[in-house]
Amino acid sequence: MTAREPASHASASERTASSYASGFYRRFLALLRKEVRQVLRDKSNLAVGLLLPVALILLFGYGLSFDVKHAPIAVVMEDQSPTAREAVDGLRGSDYLAPVFVSDMSEAQRMMRSGSVDGILRVPMDFSRRLNHGDARVQLILNGVDSSSASTIEGYVNGAIGIWAQQQVDRGGNKPLATGSVEVVQRMWFNEAAESRWYLVPGLIVLVLTLVGAFLTSLLIAREWERGTLESLFVTPVRPLEIVLSKIAPYLVIGAIDLLMCLLASHFLFHVPVRGSLVIIVMVSMLYLVVSLLLGLFISAVVRNQFQASQVALLASFMPALMLSGFVFDLRNTPVFIQIVSQVLPATHFMALIKTLFLAGNHWPTIMWSVGILTLYAVVLTVVTRAQLRKTLE
Amino acid sequence: MTAWIATLAQIGALIRKEILALLKDPSSRVVLFAPALIQALLFGYGATFDLTNVPYAVLDQSRGQAASQLVARLDGTGVFHRAATLSSSTQIAQVIDSNEALVVLAIPADFDRRLNAGQRAPLQVILDGRNSSTAALAASYVGSIVASYNASIGAGGRGITIERRAWFNPNLESRWNIMPALIGALSMLQTLLISALSVAREREQGTFDQLLVTPLTPMQILIGKAIPAILIGLLQSTIIFLVIRFWFQIPMSGSIALLYLGLLTFTIASVGLGLSISALSLTMQQAMLYTFLLIMPLMLLSGLITSVKNMPEILQVVTYANPLRFGTSIVRRVYLEGAGLADVALDFVPLLVTGAITLPLAAWLFRHRLS
Repeated sequence: MTAREPASHASASERTASSYASGFYRRFLALLRKEVRQVLRDKSNLAVGLLLPVALILLFGYGLSFDVKHAPIAVVMEDQSPTAREAVDGLRGSDYLAPVFVSDMSEAQRMMRSGSVDGILRVPMDFSRRLNHGDARVQLILNGVDSSSASTIEGYVNGAIGIWAQQQVDRGGNKPLATGSVEVVQRMWFNEAAESRWYLVPGLIVLVLTLVGAFLTSLLIAREWERGTLESLFVTPVRPLEIVLSKIAPYLVIGAIDLLMCLLASHFLFHVPVRGSLVIIVMVSMLYLVVSLLLGLFISAVVRNQFQASQVALLASFMPALMLSGFVFDLRNTPVFIQIVSQVLPATHFMALIKTLFLAGNHWPTIMWSVGILTLYAVVLTVVTRAQLRKTLE
Repeated sequence: MTAWIATLAQIGALIRKEILALLKDPSSRVVLFAPALIQALLFGYGATFDLTNVPYAVLDQSRGQAASQLVARLDGTGVFHRAATLSSSTQIAQVIDSNEALVVLAIPADFDRRLNAGQRAPLQVILDGRNSSTAALAASYVGSIVASYNASIGAGGRGITIERRAWFNPNLESRWNIMPALIGALSMLQTLLISALSVAREREQGTFDQLLVTPLTPMQILIGKAIPAILIGLLQSTIIFLVIRFWFQIPMSGSIALLYLGLLTFTIASVGLGLSISALSLTMQQAMLYTFLLIMPLMLLSGLITSVKNMPEILQVVTYANPLRFGTSIVRRVYLEGAGLADVALDFVPLLVTGAITLPLAAWLFRHRLS
């Protein structure tokens, strides 16, 4: 700051706001040209900035799914009667389960141990006899290691057998029942087919912007601190603000390109609906990108060492955005202190907002709340980063 | 014989130097162990698919006995908590949109009348599908409560009870599934990074050329670089293992020796990958970026969060090149299933192949990537 002071004193009266501005633009553009060249020269950061997001889009869109399909189930029919066969017939028709009929329990257990089936359905010898008394039992044994798939499979098996049992009642119809039954009519709002891709793909925008903003920026700028190239810039007549802006500008552009790729992929490849306003989605995403860039800048200014910057950025931004932001793990199920930790992360607020904007629509209270918090983060991070930069210069 | 001892002494000196370089700075010492510990604790609590808290709202237009009995059963689970009581169907959108309720039960006016008349009484269940996995779990929970209610009033089919038992994880807790997988994932994150930086750092600082002109052969340099990274990887795995076993108290069924044999093989394969990256990179920055470029897909395709079986066939084939997939599989199966060596032997093969390719490759690259 002080380096510039004499010059501005000398000509302060003649200087107009516009010549200030033109000086700013001239210096800024010169710096920007240097930074862009530097970014383009090393392919490794472009690989992380542009190639990794493409890989993530494809992986999340096509590769990762919580939707269990064709889960192999060993079916042991100890009761060979037609009624018993009919009861388990419902398993066969669905896309979700792939029943494999085996002759006895020991074979089924062997298959489960080797991992070739995910569960065993055992229809005991006395099934149809007890069915006449109304207390038939079947046994479902699941491999609990993959607990969420196991729960899903349990739901499918319950459904398939429940439907058959209900049909038996309807068909029987000869003796009227004393009471009716409650029938669940389920409607899943925002994601009628319950496809996990629909919430993974919008969440991916959060991950990618965190990656470019916080991780990449902190790493690259920490390198400049480590090598002293940033300090050598500070002694030139260029103002610190201009240096910082020119450093983060290329990553703002990379982030914007990534955002565009995510939006195009979610629409054209994965057909995720956009029920809110696209303009708002783009605006809040850019706001979040600015917050992550500032976070990255702040981390790099504090640690000033590449290795530590990468570790801190991973620990403070990327891993929590993946694990604790409500991306795949629903925060409602976590203990209170985890919810507090997650509320501190900007990623959590952006995650809730982007899912709402994609799937539910413009819900103004959510938009105002999240935008308010993200703006607050931007302001606070600007202040602390400035303070940190000033401290370093002294 | 003396030649052998001399070689070992040379490698030993290099290992000592590497370990000192890693531990000399107090802040790097912290960075080596604190992240693993913090992440193991945070993710242990945060990474869960189990429903523990489902806020729901009720729109009861029947105001009858059956409806209140059904809702009381929901409250009795301890999982469902009443967030709102609605008086008109226009309020449904409001409580769902604002995240106030995950589930809305809409009970029509003729609910009791239909039940008493022996008819089917529809219960409308509206779910917030913004996280469709949670919503689907909540739906199946509601479904099972309704089924047990039906059974209690003597309806609902001719009484087939499905007795569920789960092997290896009796309460189907998702933490049991995720935590053992974190042993591999979290330690890999750092072993890859440490080994990727080890050669790149010396290249950037110009000391690697000095190392190459010493009497050490590339293979000896490789061993000297690999062993410290392997030790740190195993130490990190141990920290996470202890958190899982004693903090979260997830019972271990298998043998510790086999678990560590698996972890050792897995860590060697990871270090091989890391050293190959390192030998290819000219600067530390490149080494870190390439590591990150690699680790994200490796973690996502490992079965850590979503099961490998749910992936498309092509990607399942790709995962054979992923040490984390097999490391995770060995740890999970030994830890939870109590699998023996014969059960997991096949999982060792891809790890050994990865190690056998990457380690010699790295040694070769030491000399042949000088530019």
